Amino acid sequence: MANKTIMLGNEAIARGAFEAGVKLSSAYPGTPSTEISEYLAKYEEVYTEWAPNEKVAAEVAIGASISGVRSLACMKHVGLNVASDPLYTFAYTGVNGGSVIVVADDPGLASSQNEQDTRMIARAAHVPVLEPSDSQEAKDFVKYGYELSEKYDTPVILRTTTKLAHSQSAVELCERVEVEDKEYSRNLSKYVMMPASAIGRHLVVEDRENRLAKDAKSLPVNKIEINDKKIGFITAGIAYQYVKEVCPDASVLKLGLVNPIPRELIEEFVNQVETVYVFEELEPVIEEQVRAWGFDVKGKELFTRQGEYSANMLRRVLFGKDEAVFEKKDAPARPPILCPGCPHRSVFSVLSKLKIHASGDIGCYTLGAVAPLSVIDTTICMGASISALHGMEKARGKEFIKNWVAVIGDSTFLHTGINSLINMVYNKSSGTVIILDNRTTGMTGHQEHAATGKTLKGEETYAINLSELCRAVGVKNVIEINSFDVKGLEETVKASVNSDELTVIIAKAPCVLLKGQKFTSVCRVNADACKKCGACMRIGCPAMTRGADGKVKIDATMCNGCGLCKNYCKFGAIETVER
Amino acid sequence: MTKNIMIVGVGGQGTLLTSRIIGRAALSLGCDVKISEVHGMAQRGGSVVTYVRFGDKVSEPVVEEGQADVIIAFERLEAQRYAHFLKKDGVMIVNDCRIDPMTVVTGAKEYPEGIIDALRAEHTVYAIDGQKIALELGNSKVLNSVVLGYAAEYIGFDKETWLDTVASTVPPKTVEINQKAFARGYEAEH
Repeated sequence: MANKTIMLGNEAIARGAFEAGVKLSSAYPGTPSTEISEYLAKYEEVYTEWAPNEKVAAEVAIGASISGVRSLACMKHVGLNVASDPLYTFAYTGVNGGSVIVVADDPGLASSQNEQDTRMIARAAHVPVLEPSDSQEAKDFVKYGYELSEKYDTPVILRTTTKLAHSQSAVELCERVEVEDKEYSRNLSKYVMMPASAIGRHLVVEDRENRLAKDAKSLPVNKIEINDKKIGFITAGIAYQYVKEVCPDASVLKLGLVNPIPRELIEEFVNQVETVYVFEELEPVIEEQVRAWGFDVKGKELFTRQGEYSANMLRRVLFGKDEAVFEKKDAPARPPILCPGCPHRSVFSVLSKLKIHASGDIGCYTLGAVAPLSVIDTTICMGASISALHGMEKARGKEFIKNWVAVIGDSTFLHTGINSLINMVYNKSSGTVIILDNRTTGMTGHQEHAATGKTLKGEETYAINLSELCRAVGVKNVIEINSFDVKGLEETVKASVNSDELTVIIAKAPCVLLKGQKFTSVCRVNADACKKCGACMRIGCPAMTRGADGKVKIDATMCNGCGLCKNYCKFGAIETVER
Repeated sequence: MTKNIMIVGVGGQGTLLTSRIIGRAALSLGCDVKISEVHGMAQRGGSVVTYVRFGDKVSEPVVEEGQADVIIAFERLEAQRYAHFLKKDGVMIVNDCRIDPMTVVTGAKEYPEGIIDALRAEHTVYAIDGQKIALELGNSKVLNSVVLGYAAEYIGFDKETWLDTVASTVPPKTVEINQKAFARGYEAEH
């Protein structure tokens, strides 16, 4: 079936896993990796699931591999931190059925809290890394990853970056090849990583990495393209495309395997080319190794560690010019914002009114940090809101957190927030935790989770009851409230922060973008009653603007009729009308 | 020769679908195509941009400053923000609408007046009130198809290819109204 189509990098990865005969995939959503699982879930032949976090996802894939089938785990770069515990030891046990872990880096921070480079972790864990440069390679490299995994008895990381994951390019489709399950046999020295076995496996890991590094010279994914010998690039992934765009006649060593890297091939390349640039986004992972071997190359002294690269950036460095003809015009910034009708806005409007600081977490609600709501004071990583609040209380005393709460989404709470809550109970905290329960994993694009009652495959399942869960770990005060009940929330939050007992407030209302909801009304300003005081504007709803006369207007096409603004108008100037 | 198209707008305006229609149309004519999209946090009401490049062989998936043949802007301020991506003889298609960014709503910045006239001083600009036409057709969501139809002539491809690709890309139930919307934009005065 020679069938050409156009695919998102993430869709191509899913296709690659399907064609490779993968039988199981586990993942936690995270931009830019999320769509892999969503596309893969469409193939009946593959069991796919959302795990509560990346550590669980990786361990599920490990179990499947040990049992003898090809398995996949997918996550974003920071997810690998959560999964790094199993990863380091998976490198020791190796695989039975092949196993690939897709890790998506986010240079440029399109939707992340840091710019870490997965290759650094992979080097530390001694796990091979493949890096594709377009959708076709994304598919091919996944399949090749399973071959390497089984041949070298190792998990393999497929590293992508945002541009690769979220770009579409042509892909040739192939049929799925069913792979026979590997026989399982008990093997203490390989799968039970107690010290006596792990001592032996450490040697195996080193030997395997050395073998692969040697073989890397002739792997088909590493390619030398000799053209003009005056200038050459050692590059990988999406950066290769920028090189081809700017210097189509230059010589290139394109690395498909970016850990370990092929010393002999690099030597062969460097010896043929006059000036060699190492062109890699983020950290100088390739460059430092090449320099350590004594080869003279140029790299991070010219090319930044920050952000995404581009062809224009390369042009500027090489030729001191780019293609721009017009000057950039100043335009007021348009940062992302909470949607009109977002239940988080309602909760934040109350916290803002009460002048309460929020220890924040990872999700859309991070947007509550910016004006006009300006509620969130800290954002670190998944689950940190609760533990950081606990840390503040233990460091500065109960009084210090009387005007603080922790806010965390429902999916994030199940990811790692629950551990932090257990710590609060165990170590006698008095803080207030607000779970912003919008019934979905919002930021990444509405994925199901353990409390929504649906699986990734769309099947009905048990929905974990968040209040029962909190009570079960020992929280005595668990209060459920509608996120749009502004008065009730205000009273509840006031009482909770002033009490000396740990309280969990579960603020419930579905994400406004969740499908299946009908919005039958809109809000409208009665211009005669509007006194231009601007109180309603302080909730930061994008549907609200001021007209030339200073009076507030509500854009009917954007408004979802949530009515939050009405709570903040003293003059009753806002009314709800049928759409 | 590679053709470089950018679609800019505000998260939620449907720039993704528009770029996919252009990409698929190019692919159906045998071109090499690359599309680059924005997902995740930036989609939440922020400034969003997608890129479509097609030709014999395309390497880079994004269009850069000074390279765009056509920019389709779904909002005026976004047209201004990205105008410097145009080539010397590039064309700017603007959906004539205003969505205030939060920096304007809070009063920290002012929404610039006379954006389209200012752009015309430097570039070839065609503006259309796509929202009005979409509402006339009875569905504000077909705004993208109206604006795409309006831009089609500058991107290339014959009308048949466009209509076929619209049909195969939009949700099945909305094929007819999207084709109508495309035709309205296509036939609108430039």
